[in-house]
Amino acid sequence: MHDRRHASWMAGAALLVPVIFFQAACSENPPPVIPEPVVVAPTPIDDPPEIVPSARPPAPAPPPPPAAPILTPDEEIAAQSLAEINRALLLEPVFFGLDGAELDERGRRVVEANADVLARFPTWNVTIEGHCDERGTPEYNLGLGELRALAAQRYLLELGLDPARVRTVSYGKEFPFDPGNDESAWAANRRAHFVITEK
Amino acid sequence: MAPIPCRPTGNDRGGSRSKPHPSWGWGGMAAAMAVLAAPLSPTSTGAAVEPQQRDEVRVVIGDSIGAQSSIAVPDCLPLTSDPTTLEASRTIARVLWDDLDFEREFRMIPRDVYRTIPVAASLIDIPFDRWRELGADGVVSCTVAARGGRQLEIAARLYSVQSGESAFGKLYTGSTRDIRLYAHQLSDDIHRDQRGLEGVARTRLAFVSDRDSESVFGLVENRPVKEIYIADYDGANPRRVTVSGSLNTNPAWSPDGRSIGYTSWLTGFPDVVVSYLFEGRMATPVEGDSRRQNFLPAFSPDGRRLAFNSNRNNNNDIYVANVDGTGLLRLTNHPAIDTSPTWSPNSQQIAFTSDRTGTPQIYVVGADGTGLRRLTYETYCDRPTWSPPPFNEIAYSSRTGPGHDIKVLDLATNEERQLTFGLGSNESPSYAPNGRHIAFMSTRNESKQIYVIGRDGRGLRRITSAGNNEMPSWSR
Repeated sequence: MHDRRHASWMAGAALLVPVIFFQAACSENPPPVIPEPVVVAPTPIDDPPEIVPSARPPAPAPPPPPAAPILTPDEEIAAQSLAEINRALLLEPVFFGLDGAELDERGRRVVEANADVLARFPTWNVTIEGHCDERGTPEYNLGLGELRALAAQRYLLELGLDPARVRTVSYGKEFPFDPGNDESAWAANRRAHFVITEK
Repeated sequence: MAPIPCRPTGNDRGGSRSKPHPSWGWGGMAAAMAVLAAPLSPTSTGAAVEPQQRDEVRVVIGDSIGAQSSIAVPDCLPLTSDPTTLEASRTIARVLWDDLDFEREFRMIPRDVYRTIPVAASLIDIPFDRWRELGADGVVSCTVAARGGRQLEIAARLYSVQSGESAFGKLYTGSTRDIRLYAHQLSDDIHRDQRGLEGVARTRLAFVSDRDSESVFGLVENRPVKEIYIADYDGANPRRVTVSGSLNTNPAWSPDGRSIGYTSWLTGFPDVVVSYLFEGRMATPVEGDSRRQNFLPAFSPDGRRLAFNSNRNNNNDIYVANVDGTGLLRLTNHPAIDTSPTWSPNSQQIAFTSDRTGTPQIYVVGADGTGLRRLTYETYCDRPTWSPPPFNEIAYSSRTGPGHDIKVLDLATNEERQLTFGLGSNESPSYAPNGRHIAFMSTRNESKQIYVIGRDGRGLRRITSAGNNEMPSWSR
């Protein structure tokens, strides 16, 4: 089981490396990309070293003659596939306490940052997935995961997001982000994960 | 000389054999039903084995109160020399020994103890002296013969070693496709005849497994596909029921054993799906969508209704509907999480989990929504499972430390007893149809696997080993 998981993490990491620079720094135990919820604003998009559009046709060569259409950073992002956008985790996950479904201050900052991103890309729709760590029972966790997704959704709507753009779904403890069995894995797994489903 | 009455088996567990016809919308899943073509059940032909004594003399092995009688099951005697018969003569004896051992009605003498005792020269020519020496009260004698190309004929008797009389005898014929099923049927027949007990050797477990190591296709990587599987009660003959490439959880057998309800995320949102195993048909009776999600189905023991969980009114509550989705009734209406419904044996009450006091605890309510009562006062309880009669108890998962243990609450005395003790986490209990065993998931050996244990906490057996396996549901 663990072997298999690790193997697939490896495969995932191999895909991520060209996309996200900071991945390279930390890969002893092939790491899931667990972005620490940043208290500050969303990653400024006009300074995009973290997101290297890899799979797109080479941009028009070095731009001395500014003739070819130059995409704005947001346009570059919008041009990516849904899979690429989600892999880059433009929308960060919100983390929760044990058995809890309340947004803390940090969680609210993350939702605010995600709301800003969604405001910049008004055609994007999002599904908020609620997840739990492995310590609860699988049945009750379906309800708990839902409460977590709903808590994140509620705050997004308070911030003015069109309700038609957001869905919620609970996965209970079925899809842990980190397959480990320790505090740090559990903390990473108690989350509301934002997935862009349409753009 | 009247023959020993050969009870009709009344077993149509295999259901009709009509070819599944994948006609329903979800092509892949419907087609997968073909995998389920049930094995042919060995049928007792009605021709009983020639009895040795008059019908009115009823022989019961070890019916003296207090003493557990000991039984030996040597290899069967092959009457033809083809490989199938030779294999069947060993397999049937081995599986029968395990089946009889499971219910603990008899003390089973280990098979290697009597390896040196020669197989009986015929069905009735038994070396009783040798078995008496061994301290056996009863010995099973059986013969296996090939009949035609794909048919087997198995004759079996249970002899009293004391008197040399036949206590039980029956003849079985059927296909060679599932040889273990002859042993299971024989075990159930012996338990019924000798102990008045409905055995569970022909029952099945449904469960969730990631054993095929597939990943969900979608926008997020590295998510294991979890499908619904079924296997014999002892874990043999595992077969996949769903082929959705998605997440499926919480399987629940219908009481007639012809369908399994479960939670499926195939559409991206959880909904209750019912797969009709022998018809290649599926249904979504309570019609979920992104705004109306449904989980955790539970069939009422009378087979008429489904209890399930839904967030359709923006809150997680228990609902009840007829199996076809009509007659929807909201059973709970509380802002807290209400989940994990289970039916009482008479279909009149439902136990469930609610965290309305701050932690998940077990409650019970009438199937009409009246008479709410709290049952547990512990740290964290979930997945209540009501026992079948004659027991009146609820098994559940209780947080006892870092993980959970299986406990049982006796509803008559209000006393609880604990069946597992802190080895890994132990979750999702499900009762055998005769109430004598409980299947559950445990992480005691790292991965998630299904185990069964007696309702007295004895006789732990591991059932699964490939991949991770969880959320067992025991067929009725």
